[in-house]
Amino acid sequence: MTAVLDVFLDIFRQPSIIVALISLVGLSVQRKNFSDVLKGTVRTLVGFLVLAAGAGVVVGALNPFGEMFQQAFNVQGVVPNNEAIVGQVLLDYGSAAALIFFFGMIINVALAATTRFKYIYLSGHVAFYIAAMIAVILGVAGFDTWAVVLWGSLAQGLYMTMSPALVQPFMRKVTGSDDVAIGHTGSAGIALSGLIATITRSKKSPSKSTEDLVFPKGLGFLRDTTVIVALSMGVIYVIVAIFAGPSYVESELSDGQGYILYALMQAATFSAGVFVILAGVRVVLAEIVPAFRGISERLVKNAKPALDVPIVFTFAPNAVLIGFLASFVGGIVGMLVMIFAGTAIIVPGVVAHFMTGAASGVIGNAAGGRRGAVLGAFANGIAITFLPLLLLPVLGAVGFSNSTFSDADYGIVGLFLGGLSNGGGQIAVIVGIIASLIAVYIASFALRGREARLVAAASAENTESVTAK
Amino acid sequence: MKFLAVCSSGLGSSFMIHMNIDKVLKELGVTGVDVDHTDVGAVARGDADAFFVGRDLEEATNTLDNVVVLNSIIDLGELRTKVREQLEAKGIAIPEGDAA
Repeated sequence: MTAVLDVFLDIFRQPSIIVALISLVGLSVQRKNFSDVLKGTVRTLVGFLVLAAGAGVVVGALNPFGEMFQQAFNVQGVVPNNEAIVGQVLLDYGSAAALIFFFGMIINVALAATTRFKYIYLSGHVAFYIAAMIAVILGVAGFDTWAVVLWGSLAQGLYMTMSPALVQPFMRKVTGSDDVAIGHTGSAGIALSGLIATITRSKKSPSKSTEDLVFPKGLGFLRDTTVIVALSMGVIYVIVAIFAGPSYVESELSDGQGYILYALMQAATFSAGVFVILAGVRVVLAEIVPAFRGISERLVKNAKPALDVPIVFTFAPNAVLIGFLASFVGGIVGMLVMIFAGTAIIVPGVVAHFMTGAASGVIGNAAGGRRGAVLGAFANGIAITFLPLLLLPVLGAVGFSNSTFSDADYGIVGLFLGGLSNGGGQIAVIVGIIASLIAVYIASFALRGREARLVAAASAENTESVTAK
Repeated sequence: MKFLAVCSSGLGSSFMIHMNIDKVLKELGVTGVDVDHTDVGAVARGDADAFFVGRDLEEATNTLDNVVVLNSIIDLGELRTKVREQLEAKGIAIPEGDAA
């Protein structure tokens, strides 16, 4: 009997098998035929192993970076990159992360169906990364695996429902409708940008839209993740290698290979690892997300899909570049502050500044023109530099592997859960999650009252204008 | 026949366009078209018969041929028109005709 149980436990400790089983469920729900179900399930299993292999490549390239940084500046240097850290996390917390991801989706549908927050979070990749982070934090807090999955799924579902709601007031200004929302882990930073842009807006001399500017073309390579990661990491690796010194690099790390070439090759290897991880994530999600979308479309009336940030890029292409640059400058300013303060140093990650900075620029532009785009995206850049720093201790064991989560929401959710866990242990975490759940329902109820009043006011106005005529 | 949706990471937006193309094809009653999504870095000429990208990626994909540029990647109406154009250009019969 115990032998059978051991076999089962063995199986369920394999995250790749858990993810494949979730795929199996997803495909069966979509009533695919036997061949498609088999194909999708096996593809997911293999896709997860591809992802794990990519994580190995990334870790291999990051370790010498950490050592060089330590040698050069005598402090820890960290590059926030979601793919890199998720790859590492999944090696240890993969099963819990996969289950939290899956049940979190169900909670998201349930919340969207029963509250005024009709957002269905369809950016599977970043939702998967959030699930991985929640799994680590609850795991570090000492919960049993079943409790990690239970409370983690609730936290995940709450996050998926409420994160789009945060940006929606500004999103309406961008799209001119209430039909689509942003589903991305940069949302807190993007909403901050909208807020800053609104506050700094001047009634007397409103700032013009970024789209009135004529921008030089030729920055198209910025859209290519593989190229931009390799180039930006190349610059960072070479700078760090120069400061670490050729003698250290060539004797300790590169086995005699020239230190500049070694640094460039490690940076390219890092990009290669991210490429492999992305390929794995793509395969894993391909079978699960369509099922989620199909189910939510049937179950939630008036559902608003929350989608990845590039959906706003087409609304204001100039704001995309302005936002990226302003955010990146924010990241550099933040890094300089850390150098003087003597903390661990967060090196600006170009991908994060591009994705969330660009969206902050578009949102900031819609709320407050050029000035809003610049100031809002700059604030986002500052936020995504300091939040990862604060997140480092929370992530416990994996927090010190030269990488961390990059976008603002990881910082917010991570600090919330991690702070509760440090302050009051498991009980505080459970109380915090339940309190958030109650708060969502109260907010929903309050919204219903406000909407009712708005509708009443609107109809009163209508009758007035009719009588006036 | 293969359609490929492309975005910068090959995860979010392209996947959404991919699912929307599937939806449009189903509406039109067209079968036998392979749809997939990928990232700008991995895509190459000849990977598909038509590539669907957002307006912001027009420049990054100028090495491909038969790129369909979408003004808004969330506009299902625009996608429907452009998918239909592609199908007609490739001589694929649309059974539903104007029913959708």
